[in-house]
Amino acid sequence: MASLDQLHVGQTARIESLVGSDTLVQRLYEMGLVDGEKIEVIGIAPLGDPLEISVRDYRLSLRRSEASRVLVTILPG
Amino acid sequence: MNPLPPPPVSLSPPRPSAAPKRLTIALLGNPNTGKTTLFNALAGMRQRVGNYPGVTVETKKGQMIYAGQTFDLVDLPGTYSLAARSPDEMVAVDLILGQQPGEARPDVVLTLVDASNLERNLYLTTQALELGVPVVVALNMIDVAEKQGIRIDAQELSLRLGVPVVPIQANKKKNLDRLKQTLALTAGGDLPAKQAPFPEAFEREATSLHDVLKEHLPAFLARRLLLDVGGYTEQRLAQRHGQHIRMQVQAARQRLALADCPVPAVEAHARYGWIRQLTTGCVQRPSKRPVTWTDRIDRVLTHKFWGTLVFLAIMFLVFQSIFTGAEPIMDLIGDAKDWLADRLADWLPPGPLTSLLTDGVLEGVGAVVVFLPQIVILFGFLAILEDCGYMARAAFLMDKLMARCGLSGKSFIPMLSSVACAVPGIMATRVIENRRDRLATILVAPLMSCSARLPIYILLIGAFVRPGRPWWVAGVTMFAMYSIGLVVAPLVALALKRTLLRGETPAFVMEMPLYKVPAARTVLRRMGDSGWAFLRRAGTLILASMILVWALMYFPRAEPESRVQKNLDDMHGRLALLQLVPFTAEGEDEKRQAEESAQALSEEIACMERDGEKYDVHVDRLERELDDWKEKQKDAPREEQASLQKVIDQRQREINELRGEWKRQSILGRMGQAIEPAVRPLGWDWKIGMAALASFPAREVVVGTLGIIYNQGKTDSKDVRRKGFEGAGNSPLARELQGSTWDDDPAHAVFTVPTALSLMVFFALCCQCASTLAVIRRETRSWRWPSFTFVYMTVLAYIGALVVYQVGSLL
Repeated sequence: MASLDQLHVGQTARIESLVGSDTLVQRLYEMGLVDGEKIEVIGIAPLGDPLEISVRDYRLSLRRSEASRVLVTILPG
Repeated sequence: MNPLPPPPVSLSPPRPSAAPKRLTIALLGNPNTGKTTLFNALAGMRQRVGNYPGVTVETKKGQMIYAGQTFDLVDLPGTYSLAARSPDEMVAVDLILGQQPGEARPDVVLTLVDASNLERNLYLTTQALELGVPVVVALNMIDVAEKQGIRIDAQELSLRLGVPVVPIQANKKKNLDRLKQTLALTAGGDLPAKQAPFPEAFEREATSLHDVLKEHLPAFLARRLLLDVGGYTEQRLAQRHGQHIRMQVQAARQRLALADCPVPAVEAHARYGWIRQLTTGCVQRPSKRPVTWTDRIDRVLTHKFWGTLVFLAIMFLVFQSIFTGAEPIMDLIGDAKDWLADRLADWLPPGPLTSLLTDGVLEGVGAVVVFLPQIVILFGFLAILEDCGYMARAAFLMDKLMARCGLSGKSFIPMLSSVACAVPGIMATRVIENRRDRLATILVAPLMSCSARLPIYILLIGAFVRPGRPWWVAGVTMFAMYSIGLVVAPLVALALKRTLLRGETPAFVMEMPLYKVPAARTVLRRMGDSGWAFLRRAGTLILASMILVWALMYFPRAEPESRVQKNLDDMHGRLALLQLVPFTAEGEDEKRQAEESAQALSEEIACMERDGEKYDVHVDRLERELDDWKEKQKDAPREEQASLQKVIDQRQREINELRGEWKRQSILGRMGQAIEPAVRPLGWDWKIGMAALASFPAREVVVGTLGIIYNQGKTDSKDVRRKGFEGAGNSPLARELQGSTWDDDPAHAVFTVPTALSLMVFFALCCQCASTLAVIRRETRSWRWPSFTFVYMTVLAYIGALVVYQVGSLL
């Protein structure tokens, strides 16, 4: 299983689980990153961090360290 | 576009009520859903800002009138969830639950939902359904949703949710009457019929927890206590009722984990699962997401090269506008203030009251008003950037850079603005949600080199660094002074985040909203609000500090007795001569004139014998005489011009010396002498120390104070800035500074290059700016943080100046 920060721009994946129960994970849940949901990496900031992803019809930006807490299965493009 | 559908839920007729109770509506919604626009549309101009002790968020309050009835509207801070993690986030929850002291429990909660982003927006609504208050859902931005091919059957959604759902377009004010009608009918009526179904195991634990804590918590908070690991409900309860509650909650969470519904996942599963159910069938989405304008714009604006370029261009524009765009207006305000002060001084008799008005109050008011152009311009830009959706992109682009000093991308614009002026910069930190990040940004923002430091840099570089050195040295020194802030601020931020403001790294997780055209009304309103808020909350403090420093430099104003005695002797002598005139006078005219003069003089003598001589009265008299001489010079023939000029110069010198003496013996002057041992290691004499003390209200004041205590009269910091290095370096004040020597060692000049550098470094790092402190006080709602800022910056400035002087003297 991969984590979200390992994805390239344009790759789509399905969320498997979030690691931990801290504030960050609570926030990710609230923002709709629930297991089974499809997400796509749509961009990376010029300095290499953070990422921009698309989930549930909207766009979200999160740092690589935060994305590493999201375990995903990469879907074939 | 199709006409908007009728209200979806059949509403019962309004209940008959005897006394018309004032009903309250609370407005709840995610950020970026047009909440402010809707609030403004409903409340019109009838709004005010409310604060609560211990929190930094504000709630806006307004009134809405519908069918002859007045409703109170409360606009809660935008949020994605009611899971409060801090006192700031708890405000909305407490208010809706009726636990906020002094606030009525709302009779209806209006949740605003972005139709183009329905699922995530409904998450908050599903939480609102559990608050025990009637709920109305407003479905905003249906036009945007329709453009994306999203169609929502509001009637069906309303049936499934069990509360009224009203489609609206807040920016176009569409269907607001229907929304108002629905609110009026729902307020105080039936509670929501449905809620997101949680697993049975969770309901059991929540119920038993609530049974134990019934006296302390409403049911909603008992659920939150269970769900929010480390949340504010848990913190507050443990603080009030002891740690044993934590153990109980943790045991319950463990049982839930074993029952396969672990916290916090259980909530997201339950709510988003229900939301899927609700929307399936009544929300039509295109099978493939169409490419939107936001996609196209983002491809450019977050691009590695073009995105960076556009970002730099926008930042340059913002910076340039506050830095130079505001300057003409600020100069105009300064000139207007000076003009008014001169007129007042002409009209009113000299004395404490006049001086208080012109040098205290008017200076103070000027010092407050002078910030308005910068604040209003910056907030205009911020409102545009935020409203069009670029703010999030700016934070996205800059996050990595700012993360190096423990902050986030959201701190970038406040820090950049602080290079022009820390006051609007600190106000701009409101975009940072995390309290610790926001505080860290506020505390280091004043370190950025602002435009008020320019006059002292220009004067000292012009007078001491530039002469006799290659042309580039002045520029490099200036650059070095500016760099001090850029280097020190991130270091201090990092240190603060590792010590005082240590804590869990806040989640950066940030929505990237859709781009849209900013609404002129929203932008103008933000500009007006920010200016007004600054005037009202910071203005009085700035004014007070100006008046305090004025008093310290005004009193005591009595001239020393020895001088008074000498003057009296002179006057008695003159009087004696005048009294002789009538005996020798030839004409009646001359005789009468002499008698009148003698009369006036003896009155003056009586007055001086009674009251002594006052500096300001004395200065005023000399200035009037000077004006007479100048008048005379105007009409005088050419050959007398030179000699008259001599007299005028002599008078001017006399006035300047008198002013200097007055200020040097004032309370502040004595304080300067008292602290000389402390500033001596920095290479300063007491006069510099006094000027530094006097600049507490604002750094640029130091130039004016130096001018007065070095007998050069009033020196305007605006003029120094206009003149540049060369002009300032050749000004009379610069020459006086170059020539000044130590009181106890007249062979040596006070100002050497190390002394000048040490003074500049001190002003680069110190917080001699009452306005900054007043704004920090206003933004943090406590005296602790402005005091902390003042102390740490002064210590830093002292150490910096000490090192520069000592090392500089060795070289």
